[in-house]
Amino acid sequence: MSFPDNQQNLHSDTGAQAPVFVRMKLKSFKEKSFQAITYTAALLTVACLLGIIFGIFREGLPLFESVNLKEFLFTNSWYPTHAEPEFGAWALIAGSLAVTLGALVIAIPLGLGAAIFLAEIAGPRLSELAKPVVELLAGIPSVVYGLFGMAFLAPLVRQWFDLDTGLNVFTVSVILGVMIVPVICSMCEDALSNVPKNIREASLALGATRAETIFKAVVPAAKNGIAGSILMGFGRAVGETMVVLMVAGGAARIPGSVFDPVRPLTSTIAAEMGETVIGDLHYQSLFALAIILFLITFVSNLVTEALLIRRDGR
Amino acid sequence: MKRREFTDKLVTGVMALMLGLTALFLLVFLVRMFGQGARALSWEFLFTAPRNAMREGGIYPALVGTFLLTGLAMLIALPLGVFTAVWLTNYGRPLWLVRILRVAINTLAGTPSIIFGLFGMAVFANLLGFDISLLSGGLTLAILALPVIINNTEQALRGVPADFREASLALGATTRQTISRVLLPTALPNILTGAIISIGRVAGETAPIMFTAATFYSRRLPRGLFDEVMALPYHIYGLMTEGTHPAQQVPIAYGTALVLLILVLAISAAAIITRGLIRRKRQW
Amino acid sequence: MKNRYFSIALILILALGLTSAFAKTRSITCSGSTTVLPIAQATAEAFMDKHPDVNISIRGGGSGVGVAALQNGTVQIANSSRPMKSKEISQAKSKGINPTPYAIALDGIAIVVHDSNPVKNLSIAQIRDIYTGKIKNWKEVGGPNLPIVAISRDVASGTFEVFNEKALSGSKVTASAQLLASNNAVASAVGSTPGGIGYIGLGYLTGQIKVVSANGVTPSVKTVQEGSYPLSRKLYMYTNGKAKGDVNSYIAFIQSEEGQKIVEAQGFIALK
Repeated sequence: MSFPDNQQNLHSDTGAQAPVFVRMKLKSFKEKSFQAITYTAALLTVACLLGIIFGIFREGLPLFESVNLKEFLFTNSWYPTHAEPEFGAWALIAGSLAVTLGALVIAIPLGLGAAIFLAEIAGPRLSELAKPVVELLAGIPSVVYGLFGMAFLAPLVRQWFDLDTGLNVFTVSVILGVMIVPVICSMCEDALSNVPKNIREASLALGATRAETIFKAVVPAAKNGIAGSILMGFGRAVGETMVVLMVAGGAARIPGSVFDPVRPLTSTIAAEMGETVIGDLHYQSLFALAIILFLITFVSNLVTEALLIRRDGR
Repeated sequence: MKRREFTDKLVTGVMALMLGLTALFLLVFLVRMFGQGARALSWEFLFTAPRNAMREGGIYPALVGTFLLTGLAMLIALPLGVFTAVWLTNYGRPLWLVRILRVAINTLAGTPSIIFGLFGMAVFANLLGFDISLLSGGLTLAILALPVIINNTEQALRGVPADFREASLALGATTRQTISRVLLPTALPNILTGAIISIGRVAGETAPIMFTAATFYSRRLPRGLFDEVMALPYHIYGLMTEGTHPAQQVPIAYGTALVLLILVLAISAAAIITRGLIRRKRQW
Repeated sequence: MKNRYFSIALILILALGLTSAFAKTRSITCSGSTTVLPIAQATAEAFMDKHPDVNISIRGGGSGVGVAALQNGTVQIANSSRPMKSKEISQAKSKGINPTPYAIALDGIAIVVHDSNPVKNLSIAQIRDIYTGKIKNWKEVGGPNLPIVAISRDVASGTFEVFNEKALSGSKVTASAQLLASNNAVASAVGSTPGGIGYIGLGYLTGQIKVVSANGVTPSVKTVQEGSYPLSRKLYMYTNGKAKGDVNSYIAFIQSEEGQKIVEAQGFIALK
C-alpha cells in the first residue's frame, strides 16, 4: 500500500517549504476525508439492510389493503392465479416449518454428535483436519444439492417406500439436514472448545467417565452456544430456496405425512414470481411471503445473538 | 462400574457414528457427482456454447458469466466491506451507529438469499431500470457477500496486535496512515483469504440471480454491464426444470454441477489452506 | 498496492461500460414463459447458425416477467403461454407500448392414466368432477373398482393455468389431489400409480402411461391443429408494434416450415 504523497508528509517534515499550518490543514483534511469514506461505507451497509426492508415491505404491504392479514396467515387455500384469487398462506408456512423441522431432526443429532466427537473425543490431528473440511462443506452450492436430490435421491426414496413421488418432505429434510450439519457442527465445536478446561478436569477428577463429563459438565456449560448453533441451522434451513424448489414437490397443502409433497415459502416465491403481473395482487402476495420469511429469520437471528452474547459474557 | 464403562463406550461410539453417517452421506454425494459429472467433462464441454436444443455442447457462456458475476460482486463488496470494517475497528463513533450496524450485519448475514433476489429485482432491475443484467446481479450478490466480508475483515483487523498500532501512532503517524500502512497491510492476507472463501459462496448462489441477472440461453458472451448472462448455477436449475429432453440434459446438468462444485471447492480450499499457512508462519 | 487494485477495478468497469454502448447493435433479447423456452432456444440456435451476426438471448422467468420486460422496453420479444391479460395490455398502452401477438406454436395437454387402466375416454365434465373431488372411484366412469388418485400440476404453472381454464372452468382442484411441480414428475407419478390420473404437455408422454381421449377426441397433431381437441392452447411471442428487422426475420423463421419442424422436435405442435 503506497500513498506517495503521504510518504512525503511523513518523512520530509524538515525540508518542507509550505508553511506548517497549510500542511497541518492538508493533513487534517486527508484524515477527515478518509474517515468520511469509511463512515460512508458504514452508512451504506446500513442502507443496504434498510433498502431490503423498505423494498420488500413497499411491494408486499399493499396486499393487505385487499386481503385480510388473518386470512392470509391462517387459511390454507393458495389460489393466486384463480379468477377469484385466494391468498391463504398457512399451507406454505406449514410447508416451510415442516421441512425445517425435518431438517433439524436430522441435523441436530448428526451435527451435535459430530461436534462432540471432534471436540471431546477425537485426537487433535483429526479435529484439525476436520475443521477446514467442515468449512469447505458449508460452501457446497445448494443448487448442486438440489440436482442430487432431484436426480438421485428422490427416485431412490420413491422406490424404497413405494410412493407416488419421491419429491416430498422426507427427501428434502434429508438433504437440507445434511446441508446444515456443517453450520451446526462448526458452531457447536467452537462452543464446546470454549468451555474452560478445568470444568472437564474437575469432573474427571471426581470419577466421572468421559461420557458423563461430556453430557453432565461440558454440554451444559456450552448450552447457549449449542442452542445458538441450532437456531443458526434453523435460519439456514427455513431460508434455503433451491433445494426445496427442486425437491419439495410443490403442493400447496398441509402435509399429512412425511411422504407428502409441500410448497415452502421460499420455493413458492421462486416458482411463482415469474408468472405474476408486476404490481398485481399475486406479485404483492409473494412479497408478503418474503416479509413473513424475513421476520422469521430476523427473530431467530435476534435470539441467536442474545444467546451468544450471554455466552460471551460468561 | 461395568455398566458405566459400557455406556461410556456406547456414547463414544454413537458420537463417532454421527460423524460417520454425515461423512458417508457426503461421500455418496461426492461419488455420485463426480461419477456422473465426469462423463460430461471435456475441454469441448468447458469451451463451447450449448448446441442442439441444449442437448449437446458445453457451458462456456455460463462459465464466463459466473466469473463475471462473482468478480463484479467482489469489486463492489470488497471496498465497501473493508471500509466498513475499518470504520468499525478504528473510528466506531457515534455509538448508536455501531449498534445499528451490528444489527444490520447480523441481519443481512441471516437473510435468505431469495429475499436478496426479490430486492434486487424490485430495486435494481425494476426501480432503477438496470433490468435483468450483469449489473443488477452483481449488485445483488455484492450485498449478499457484504456481511461475510465485513465480519472477516473486522476479525483480521482485530487480529493485528495492539502494539503495531500503538507503535505507529507513537511515531507520529495519523490514524489514517496507521490504517493504510500498518493495519491493512498486516491484515491483508487474512482479509483476502476470507474474501476468497466468500467468492466460493457467491459463485454458487442461484436464488439471487434468478430474477436479476440470469438468462437461459445466450451464445454470445456479455458485452457490457447491461447485458444479461448465463451462469452455472442457473444453468443447472434450468436444465433440470425446463428441459424437454431429460435423457440428454440431465447428464449435462451433472457435468455443469461438477464444474461448479470443483470451482467452488478448489477456490475455497486454496483460501483455507493459505490461511492455515499464514497462521502457522505468523511470528506474533 | 491499493492504488493499483482500484485502478484495475476502474478500468474493468470502464471497459465493460464502454463495450455496452456497442452491445445492442444486432442482438435480440426475448424473455418470458418457461413453456416457450425450449422452442425459443432451439429456433434461436438454428436462426443464429444462419445469421451469425445476430445474437439472440433467451430468458425464462415466466409469462409475467416477459410482459413486464416488454412494457419497460428492455426486451424485443415477450414469450407467453397465454394471451396477454387485459390489465397487462392497458398497462403497456399507458407506457406507449403496443403489444402485438404472433402465434408460434400449439400445445396440447393430454389426460393420462396408468397403463393398466381400461378407461379410454372421459368427458370434460367427468374430468372436472374427478379433479374437484365429486367422482372418487374409477367405477363411476366405467372403469374398475379402484379409488382415483388425482395428480395435478402446482397452481402457478402454465400447464395448470390452461387446464384450469379449459377443463375446470374455474372450479377449484380438490384438496386431496397431489400437486407436483413438473410434467416429468406427473408422468412418473401416474406411471407408478394404478389408480392415478394426471395431465401433461404432449411433449412429455412416456411409455408407462396411457392417453385417454377428452370428449371423444384423442390429442394428436391433427386434432390440436383443427382445434377439435378441447385442451389445447396457442403459444405466443409479443413484440412492440409490428415486428421489424431481425426480430421480424426471427419470428418469420419460427413460423416457417423449417422453424415449425424444430417446434415439433421439441414436443410441441406445429401451427398447421
